[in-house]
Amino acid sequence: MNQPLLQVSDLHVEIATRQGIVRAVDGVSLEVPAGEAVGLVGESGSGKSMTLKAILGVLPPEARVTAGEVLLDGIDLTALSNSQLNKFRGPKIAMIFQEPMSALNPVMRVGQQIAEGPRVHLGLNRAQAAERALDLMRRVGIPDPERRFRSFPHEFSGGMRQRVMIAIALSCDPSVILCDEPTTALDVTIQDQILRLLAKLCRETGASLVFVTHDLPVVAQVCHQLAVMYAGEIVERGTVQDVLTQPRHPYTLGLVRSAPDVDHPRSSLAAIPGSPPSLIHPPSGCRFHPRCPFAEEDCTVTHPPLRLLDAGRATACLHSERCLQAETQTEGADR
Amino acid sequence: MSRPTEVLPDPALTGGTAPLLAVSDLAVSFPVGSALAARIRHESRLLHAVDGVDLRIERGEALALVGESGSGKSTIARALAGLQRPDRGEIRLDGRLLPARRSRADQQKIQMVFQDPYSSLNPRLTVGGMLHELLRVHHVVPRAEVEAYTRQLLTLVGLSEEAVHAYPRQFSGGQRQRVAIARALALRPELLVADEPVSALDVSVQATILNLLQDLRGELGLTLLLISHNLAVVRHLCDRVAVMYLGRIIEVAPTETLFARPRHPYTAGLLAAIPRMTFDEQGDAPAVRGDPPSPLRIPAGCRFRTRCPIAQPICAEEDPELTAQGSDPEHSAACHFAFASVPAPRDGTHAENGDRGVTG
Repeated sequence: MNQPLLQVSDLHVEIATRQGIVRAVDGVSLEVPAGEAVGLVGESGSGKSMTLKAILGVLPPEARVTAGEVLLDGIDLTALSNSQLNKFRGPKIAMIFQEPMSALNPVMRVGQQIAEGPRVHLGLNRAQAAERALDLMRRVGIPDPERRFRSFPHEFSGGMRQRVMIAIALSCDPSVILCDEPTTALDVTIQDQILRLLAKLCRETGASLVFVTHDLPVVAQVCHQLAVMYAGEIVERGTVQDVLTQPRHPYTLGLVRSAPDVDHPRSSLAAIPGSPPSLIHPPSGCRFHPRCPFAEEDCTVTHPPLRLLDAGRATACLHSERCLQAETQTEGADR
Repeated sequence: MSRPTEVLPDPALTGGTAPLLAVSDLAVSFPVGSALAARIRHESRLLHAVDGVDLRIERGEALALVGESGSGKSTIARALAGLQRPDRGEIRLDGRLLPARRSRADQQKIQMVFQDPYSSLNPRLTVGGMLHELLRVHHVVPRAEVEAYTRQLLTLVGLSEEAVHAYPRQFSGGQRQRVAIARALALRPELLVADEPVSALDVSVQATILNLLQDLRGELGLTLLLISHNLAVVRHLCDRVAVMYLGRIIEVAPTETLFARPRHPYTAGLLAAIPRMTFDEQGDAPAVRGDPPSPLRIPAGCRFRTRCPIAQPICAEEDPELTAQGSDPEHSAACHFAFASVPAPRDGTHAENGDRGVTG
């Protein structure tokens, strides 16, 4: 086993609110090997975006990391000051946001925004940086880059803006790229273009990807490894194919079953009853037990740790074997 | 510009009764740009959001309107509900022409459910207050029965009767959407128009709303126009699908036919672009190239030709009509090559029907 490039261990993020302390991320551990794409899925409020922001050190002011570490090349990012972190943001670790319009500077020419990172971090002069920016624009598929270099973000379509974001993220050859729902705001044909572009560029540059989304098929397209989050915790982990085709946690099973499948329409969708719990006073025991179809007595008491199964899989369910049974039953009933 | 109306099947062929809703040559445009520029040039620039659309919905049917943002699908919904005055075109309900200014009785017949249940409910009215007001204004039931009917409605959409006293903020997103559906159904509409009803909801909650819509179709024989960009949702819920591109319907077919044999290259690309739960290595070539053109600069000839993998010289000259093939009157497409032999793709990027594109 080689050392993972990025290692998050036992990360805790708390947000102070008027109602109390929200444990947005509650003991998340994640390993990102070099050159791999790791997906992080969950519903709104599951803590997936907070995990990402904590890794990059861009948490909102009311949130803070209370425990755990984020090791990149053996250096703990959570222990660094903001100015020290700036040396990592760009050349080591970069981020692509959901809303490119609010992440780009509206009054700065697009070419300059792409060239800024290389000038600051790689010490290129103005002409070299501009040359690099043009090259990046070509690589991310922005047509007519010489002319578009001088455009402003509002002159671009949503898909083109996201290409600009990708060019900025790649501008200093980072080893890890964090993506926060990068295609959620895009139309399906544009989403398809961007996903393929991301996959291609990561293959070419060898960068690792941490990909946050709520969309399971998108994860299936982009990622190799997958972690499923619920109420601030990782509840299941494994390769994308294993987790999505043979879930070992009832929440994952619920997610897979509740989404309509475009190729295999079913007569009715199995929704997950109830709604996600409060993170100020999470349920005792397993946090999913109030919504779980397989919950037993012990689930309400024992908080299940993420335990390892075979072949790199892990689940935080005390009765994970019930998922397998449930699956074989419906397979028979559905067909 | 007049468009032929023969794409609507002859009533004699479909059993003699008029469809519940028949739309012909509907067009909606919006003035854009500054008022000053409009004065100087003595003209306002028009954005043609909907540009000559024919549509019919049979009673009890669920029709989906799909397309990307800016294709005009929400504008059609608003025009149907009487929220947007069309430039031209006819909207007929049960064979009767609906005027641009609707009477209260006509408003009642087409009801809408909006995308965002957070902004489409009045935050200062309880659910009961909202429904009571509606029922009184429209005289749906006698005054004495308003209370009982309200409770019946809430039960119908799967909310408890206590919800009468609650404010929208006390509900989750899915429950709010149930309230919105109850509000739309309160007036016993002939047609329910749902504009992206689940897009703002989490996946697990989406399923409950989709199941509710499906159940309501069964219980009430509801006629539904579902507007969505999510083709999986559409396939799950609808009988027929109309695909829109830049203000036009470019293909209409029964759902299973459309998914199995799309005739328009845009539909084929759209289907191929859907992320799927497949785990093989993906090719780099996207299903559809490029960005949709601006609705202010709609290409001459076929609107899709700038992104089309099989575009030919004729496509720049002639605007293809939405026509059906002789053998299958239910399946129409607006492409010169929809039912002809398809010329070879310009390059290797064209994805075949339902296929994930050519690995390159």
